[in-house]
Amino acid sequence: MLLNQIAHARTGDKGNIVTLSLIAFRKEDFRLIHERVTADRVAAHFAELIEGPVERYSLPQLGALNFVLRRPASYTVTRSLALDAHGKCLGSALLALEL
Amino acid sequence: MKTVRIGAGAGYSGDRIDPAVELAERGDISYLVFECLAERTIAIAQKARLLDASAGYDPLLEERMQAVLQICGGRGIRIISNMGAANPDAAAAKTCEIARQLGLSGLRIASITGDDVLEDLRGGQQIFEVSEGPLPPIDRWISANAYLGVLPIIEALKDDADVILTGRVADPALFVAPLMHEFGWAQDDWDLLGQGTVVGHLLECAGQLTGGYFADPRYKDVPDLAHLGFPIAEVSSDGSAVLSKVDGSGGILNCATCIEQLLYEIQDPSAYYTPDVVADFSRVSFEPIGANRVRVSGGGGRMRPSTLKVSIGYRDGFIGEGQISYAGPNALARAELARDILAERLASYSLSELRFDFIGLNSIHGSRLSQQAPTAYEIRLRAAGRAVSSASAAWIAREVEALYTNGPAGGGGAFGATREVIAMSSALVPRESVSHRVNILEY
Repeated sequence: MLLNQIAHARTGDKGNIVTLSLIAFRKEDFRLIHERVTADRVAAHFAELIEGPVERYSLPQLGALNFVLRRPASYTVTRSLALDAHGKCLGSALLALEL
Repeated sequence: MKTVRIGAGAGYSGDRIDPAVELAERGDISYLVFECLAERTIAIAQKARLLDASAGYDPLLEERMQAVLQICGGRGIRIISNMGAANPDAAAAKTCEIARQLGLSGLRIASITGDDVLEDLRGGQQIFEVSEGPLPPIDRWISANAYLGVLPIIEALKDDADVILTGRVADPALFVAPLMHEFGWAQDDWDLLGQGTVVGHLLECAGQLTGGYFADPRYKDVPDLAHLGFPIAEVSSDGSAVLSKVDGSGGILNCATCIEQLLYEIQDPSAYYTPDVVADFSRVSFEPIGANRVRVSGGGGRMRPSTLKVSIGYRDGFIGEGQISYAGPNALARAELARDILAERLASYSLSELRFDFIGLNSIHGSRLSQQAPTAYEIRLRAAGRAVSSASAAWIAREVEALYTNGPAGGGGAFGATREVIAMSSALVPRESVSHRVNILEY
């Protein structure tokens, strides 16, 4: 099962930092998401696009996780050569994670 | 119990204007806030001001004021906005001119300045680097703006301003200031300021709270996005709020839209830094209380930081880009051939960086995450590169276009552009080194 069946996400950016929220559609699925979608797993998923470790914050009362990723220094919205300079589409890639 | 109703009339500089008119006419609000100043926007505005001393404010200021000033004036709705950008005084003068054209009188229009610290920094004012690395050489800087907080806005509200135009101010402060003014919250009541910051953060991107940037057909359906309604917060004196939108407007407001926006651009949810408070979002909760109505509470805060963030805009060379499409059988092979030709041709120009993407195949998430996808019917080759000079960067578009008559079969829709890069960096300055000014024009 892909993560998009039980959760949704929104991406934000600040400089070369990308933030990804991951929110369970149903609170009862949060435990599974919390267990399976670890910071290490997210770091491995995005290995080609980011540098260094991923930080994860948990907000159980909201059924949500928040991830902080770092892109290479030249990947900021103002300097990046990428088509999606913000990195706004990265949340959609997170939802393609196989649970 | 007293409540204050605030509407969010814009979430970025180019945002739709009709939802703001709808809020002013039918939102029963006391404040209409327009957040229009992304990080880089102020550097671009500063460039405009250098060419013309009366320019440098938001390009849509005139259109927005023409659309809402009369309605707001008639209903006593006060307008707060960072549309002053790099020139709040000129934005206020322009707003006076529009008031005159509309036949309005008795309006008090405030401009807030002091955020522009470029000259202070050039003069040797102390500055602290942050973790992202060394600051760019000072001769390339074109703007440096400190994030002001709530204080100058409160000052303008106390002075009975009907319209308040700022430059760089922390986005949530545009919302927290009127709450502090209305409820008499103390400047060091960190929990109230933190809860107010939650409300401000939820509203500052306007439509992103009410179903914008949310829809995913079958998973998250949103009705009538063509007429998306912008959000309203009805705030109580304890900082809790009921979030809603105008009845009959498009979009959706529920716990899911609220959680997405609460965490938008947030790193550690327990420490969201603003000039006025370090807000704590980690215990925020949402409760649905009706159709498109959600109650939010649980925000907290700690003492404000002793430094202010400064955003520095600087010239950082040029980016050139070109695109061309290939379609039908063997499209990818022809696009790859085109890429190889470009790589060889562009090697002789002084490009410090060059990348190629196959749009439709792997341009967004890179080749590893895209490898499962089937080969597309059509592929658009994109080349993008960086150079110190505009002339070098422009070779990319030229070489892409030359693929028409010199490249693989069937290339079409070539397009290219070259632009100067205004990059942003940030740093910190001591709070005491920044002072604000409030100027009021009466028309």
